[in-house]
Formats: sequence, C-alpha cells, structure tokens
Amino acid sequence: MPARAPGSALRDELARGLDAPICLTWELTYACNLACIHCLSSSGRRDPAELSTAEAMALVDELASMQVFYVNVGGGEPLLRPDFFELLEYAVSHQVGVKFSTNGTRLDRAKAARLAAMDYVDVQVSLDGATAEVNDAVRGQGSYRAARRAMEHLADAGFEGFKLSVVVTRHNVSQLDQLEALAGQYGAQLRLTRLRPSGRGAASWAELHPSRSQQHDLYRWLRDRPWVLTGDSFFHLSALGEPLEGLNLCGAGRVVCLVDPVGDVYACPFVIHEQFRAGNVRGPGGFTGVWRSSALFRSLREPTSGGACTSCGSYDACRGGCMAAKFFTGLPLDGPDPECVHGHGEAGLSDRDRPAPAADHSVRVPVRLSARA
Amino acid sequence: MPGQRVDPAAPEVDLGRPWRLHPQVALRDEPFGALAYHYGNRRLIFLRSPDLVRLVRSLERFDSADAALAAVSPPQRAAYRAALARLAASGMLDAG
Repeated sequence: MPARAPGSALRDELARGLDAPICLTWELTYACNLACIHCLSSSGRRDPAELSTAEAMALVDELASMQVFYVNVGGGEPLLRPDFFELLEYAVSHQVGVKFSTNGTRLDRAKAARLAAMDYVDVQVSLDGATAEVNDAVRGQGSYRAARRAMEHLADAGFEGFKLSVVVTRHNVSQLDQLEALAGQYGAQLRLTRLRPSGRGAASWAELHPSRSQQHDLYRWLRDRPWVLTGDSFFHLSALGEPLEGLNLCGAGRVVCLVDPVGDVYACPFVIHEQFRAGNVRGPGGFTGVWRSSALFRSLREPTSGGACTSCGSYDACRGGCMAAKFFTGLPLDGPDPECVHGHGEAGLSDRDRPAPAADHSVRVPVRLSARA
Repeated sequence: MPGQRVDPAAPEVDLGRPWRLHPQVALRDEPFGALAYHYGNRRLIFLRSPDLVRLVRSLERFDSADAALAAVSPPQRAAYRAALARLAASGMLDAG
C-alpha cells in the first residue's frame, strides 16, 4: 500500500541505495569540553583541518541541491564552533533542516531564545541518566547539572518539543520511566539511542552495554511506546517479535552517512575508521561524487549475504544487526550482532582482535612523571 | 530518523473538499515514488508509487480530492483514496 511504513519490498529498494541520502550526520567539530567515555567520535581537541565556514556552506549548497531534507548535526560540541549560528541559519534558509545534538554546557538563556525563534531547527540535549550519579559517571562531573540547566533555558524560551537524547546503558536502562517523566517536565520528547562500541566507546562498551535481559525489557518498553524516538537505533531488537518503528535496516552508505569535521565521508556515524571512509567532500566531485560513486558505498549497496545468520529464523527481522557494532567488537560483518538477542554474537567476543578506532581527538591526559629515586 | 509510521487505518477525512500538498511539505522523487518531508512536524513519509505522487501533485488543480481520484483507474481507487486520507490525517495535505 502506498504511504505506509516501509515493507520489505521498499526496504530492499532502500538497501540498494538512493541518489541522495535521506538524512546524514554532520559532525561540525572535534572540539568538546566534555570527555564522555562512550564518545563515538573520540572528540576533545579541535582538528586544525576542520571545514572552514565557506567550505561548510558549500556542503550545505550541495545538500540542498540533492534535496536532503535535514542533517543531524553533532560533534564534538557544535556550539563550540564560533560560526555555529551562521551555519545554522545558512542551512535552514536553504531548506536543509537541522537537528543538532548538544551537551548543553554552552546553551545559555540567550542561545535558547535564539534557537526557539528559528524554524526547522531541532535540539537534542544529551543526558545519559535520570540522576547525576548515573549520568556523570559516563559524561563527566557537572554534566548532569549543565544539561538540566540547558533544558530549563529551552523550556523557558518556549522551545516546544526539543529532544532529551539518551544513550541506553546497563546503568540507565532501569531509569527509562524517570527519563520519560523528566522529558515531560520540560515539554520535551524522549529519544533513545543504542550504545555503540565506537570511538572511546570501544573501551567502555563491555561494561556499559545493556545485558541480554535488559535488552528484552528495553524491547518491550519501546514496543509499548511508539512515540519514543529511537533514530532507528534498535533494529537488532526487532528479532524479538513485532518490528519496532522505523526502517529496520542498516542504512550505512545506502540512505545515511557521516561527514566528519575535516570533511571525510564515512558510511555512518559509528564507523569512523579508514575501512569505512568513502572519500572527502573537498575532493573534485564534492560530497555528491563520494555519495554516488565511491567504491565503498557502491559495495555497501550490493546484496549482502546473511553469513552465519542465514539459518536463523529472525534474520529477516534484524538483518544481522549493526555493522559498526560487529566491526569494533571484532566480529565478522556477515555474522550476528554482538548484542544479538538470541545470544548468537556473544560467543565470538572474547578472543577477537578488535580494530582500533581512528581519528582520535581525545584530550591527551598529561602524564605525571614520577621523580626518580 | 527515516520512516515514521502513519496510522495504517484509513482515518475519516472529508475528501469531498479541496486538498493540496501542505506548503511546508517537500517531495523528492525516487524510483519507488517519493519521499515527503514536512518541515513543520518533521514527519518523513514514503510515497510508495509514482502514481500516488502524481495524484498528490495534481490535487491543487481540483475542487476536491475525490475529483482528482476520478483520474485513477477504478480498481486502484480505494487504495489511493485511503492513502490520501492517511496523508491528510498526518498533516502532509492541507485543506485547500
């Protein structure tokens, strides 16, 4: 039927790729004043090669001509870019809507008012726990208070329906009801995303990712609340029964991608690694050339084999799960997801060589030299 | 986030009146039909047939959605009528 949620025929068509992404993630800067232990992009220090204002605007022009309706802007902390509002206004005035994620530390009263006055801008404030104790263990001391303050500013400014964005972990999965209530308190919408073993998350994933029984609880919680946004994050859970909202498809290089702060184009926000870098927007064909012609993206649009998952009755529901989660845990890309709800991925986890995340912009911790005796 | 779901049950919408694509909705043609994006409510919807896209684009030329539907072959009309009703109910169409 037309105008319905995508069925499998459409899903197959999307898996073969579109001439333009449906949406893409654009990390504006590697600079960040927090050092979250699960940061997908290992952000901290600004990269001197980051796109200039003019280059960023040229990318917006390309996205507009490809009719990309919106971009998910992140970082790093986007508000640390001095030209942030200039780029934001440029994008929305070219019909490229912006959904941007912020840690809230720089979102003061004046910026909240400025954002509330703009059309086509969505704000996602990141918070990874309903309590300071749970959140700050992941995002750093004081980050809970800063995010709460930012949400207060947004609500006071009349910004309706901004998002409270939560990465689900072993420690906050029991707080989902509280997080939903907290969002409601500010007139915000709850958005949950999946923890990936990417960036600094490669080192923290084993202790942070939800247990198998927690994933089952999460599936039921989400199935009962189709209004909770997930960015199509949890399609591996659809193997538990009725599919969750969304495409239930890995869109990497097919309908989504990532542009990083230096203009490198990766298959998705969770695979910042050379093996998944398709090209750079500064190249002769620009972003369009990378999207349409890169060897990597063409190969991702080829039909895939289910590999070890082929014989599993749930394969059609989960399609083997998340490519990035497999890659950074050292699992074969055509086998089960490390968080496969049937437990098929766990066996291979312990003895694998895991690829090191690339483009590490973490703030270097000064090494304290001990005095020689 | 692609693919928000539209309520699958055809809602009660008066297609005897004029309808048109909501001014805040943009269509992007695709081989399967089109992507429709509403800049106001941020809904993204897949229009899964080029004929439906043509029908939606034609709405503004008719005094009613039913009049536009008259151009659709009778066996398909009920399906497209339901599709228009869902689009209207989700805010993608605007009462003209």
